[in-house]
Amino acid sequence: MTLPVDMSTTLANAWFPTPIFTASGCASSGKELAQFFPLKDVGAIVTKSVMTKPRHGRPTPRMAETPSGMLNSIGLQGPGIDSFLANDVPWLLEQKARVIVSIAGETIEEYSTLARKLRSVSGISAVEVNISCPNVENRGLVFACDPDASRRVIDGVRKTIGGELPIIAKLSPDVTNLPEIAKGVVDAGADSLALINTVLGMVINLETMKPHLGGKTGGLSGPAIRPVAVRAIYQVHAALPQIPILGMGGVASGRDALELILAGASGVSVGTASFGNPTALISIQNELRDLLAARGFATLKQAIGYAHRDEKP
Amino acid sequence: MVSINKGATQQISTIISNKRVGAYHQIHINVGEIVKSCRPGNFVAISVGGDSSRMILRRAFAISRVSESSQYGGTMELIVAPHGAGSRWLCSQIEGAELDIVAPLGTSFGIPTEPINALLIGGGYGSAPLFGLADVLKSRACKVDMLLGASNGSKIYAPMEGKRSVNSLKIYTEDGSMGETGRVTESLLEIVANRNIDVIYSCGPMGMLRAITELVANTEVIHQCAVEEAMACGIGICMTCVLPIRNEDESTSMLRSCIDGPVMDGSRVQWDLVGQIPEVHQ
Repeated sequence: MTLPVDMSTTLANAWFPTPIFTASGCASSGKELAQFFPLKDVGAIVTKSVMTKPRHGRPTPRMAETPSGMLNSIGLQGPGIDSFLANDVPWLLEQKARVIVSIAGETIEEYSTLARKLRSVSGISAVEVNISCPNVENRGLVFACDPDASRRVIDGVRKTIGGELPIIAKLSPDVTNLPEIAKGVVDAGADSLALINTVLGMVINLETMKPHLGGKTGGLSGPAIRPVAVRAIYQVHAALPQIPILGMGGVASGRDALELILAGASGVSVGTASFGNPTALISIQNELRDLLAARGFATLKQAIGYAHRDEKP
Repeated sequence: MVSINKGATQQISTIISNKRVGAYHQIHINVGEIVKSCRPGNFVAISVGGDSSRMILRRAFAISRVSESSQYGGTMELIVAPHGAGSRWLCSQIEGAELDIVAPLGTSFGIPTEPINALLIGGGYGSAPLFGLADVLKSRACKVDMLLGASNGSKIYAPMEGKRSVNSLKIYTEDGSMGETGRVTESLLEIVANRNIDVIYSCGPMGMLRAITELVANTEVIHQCAVEEAMACGIGICMTCVLPIRNEDESTSMLRSCIDGPVMDGSRVQWDLVGQIPEVHQ
């Protein structure tokens, strides 16, 4: 007989009843998945990164399946922040879902503009600042690959948004020294870190003998990248143990979610797994609860970073 | 409350039969109640490769027809070409095998409220959903003519029972191994004029759908086509299967072929922009 596990978690001042969230860019704004489970039953809906203006994204083909993974090259297609705030956020709040809004910009100023629009929106739990989308025209725009640019984006958002709404900075694993970039954005005012965005990749089509994706490169996701996510979370949690991490990268089962939590994640986003299984979040959440109970954890929080317990301080 | 993917259900279903028909497999699945929400043009998304599969994405297949009255309860028929690793796995599954399916998904062919003259055009196994559509159109007293085309005769899917649900069937093959030599678009405008066609329903390769759209562009004919674009999820969350669609105000939207399609108005698809970005920003 095992006692029920307290699954609740926090990212800075935001509280969530369970640690399983959608991943930005893998659940649109929630309406598509609502046919398969009540959105309020998971920790939070992290919406697809939104920009100031409507955007068409990259040309097709936008997808290539790879062994235990896939490449995507969407390029931040979306409705723009005004339409998003007018239509999608109120709908999500009506569903009693907890909402984390993900924003993306082409310039440091665009992030601040987006933050200004979010400041007056009530009911959202946190803002994810996506500074690591790999599918932009100019790879120089991947702010998260540059410590200085990363800091400046987060600093701009922090100053605009004030002190209340938690800021989650979403970082790229495609860097040499991830803990250094993480420290930089935390110093600039990030309350939490989202690790990891997709890994830059490419597939060459053997019929055309050219890059298969319209955008040539794409972001690799799925179980293939899970060990990269575990490593990134472990490294950053060791460097910054007080900073809550929203972990993601190839999680497809409760076992995978627990692995990220043991590495140091306070919450786990499920992305690509929903493409193959629309009810993945629910089964992962149930499996995670059972796994925690079987290991004698009374609360999820006791398991966060548990893999570090024998490390010397 | 929920408007997207309405009626879609995820469930485990059993294969009742799997027969080879020419270059294709005809697979029947016991799907139960969901046949009541399936309409011609809808598709099903199926997990492939088993639990330890390295193929993480579902495969989308057009539902060729459904039946409510068979001894198994509701059954769904698929016509599958064993082209890639996923479809080959599906074709290798035997009677009794269990499948994880999500259905019905996507838009369906618009069914007229009054009797019309319909022309159904299928390319390759794209003909599969057209026979189920033909049944529905015939039950509405429509006149149903059908054109099927493929590269060779083994790729023509035209079952005996299907032939009974159409008024006429004309077959084209590129190598002349069955029917007339050439493509389905060969004498399309003549056929449309001679038979007073009101609506064309098509399913097949994108090149064929585009050619039909261009041929009937200056006629009164409505062209409903079921498009084929690579999908990762089939339920609208991945944004990979987008097509450029012309809006009323002449602007272009990148719409998802899984939830705004697969059946689309051919005249609104901007075929020349497929694979391009209409403009970087609106």
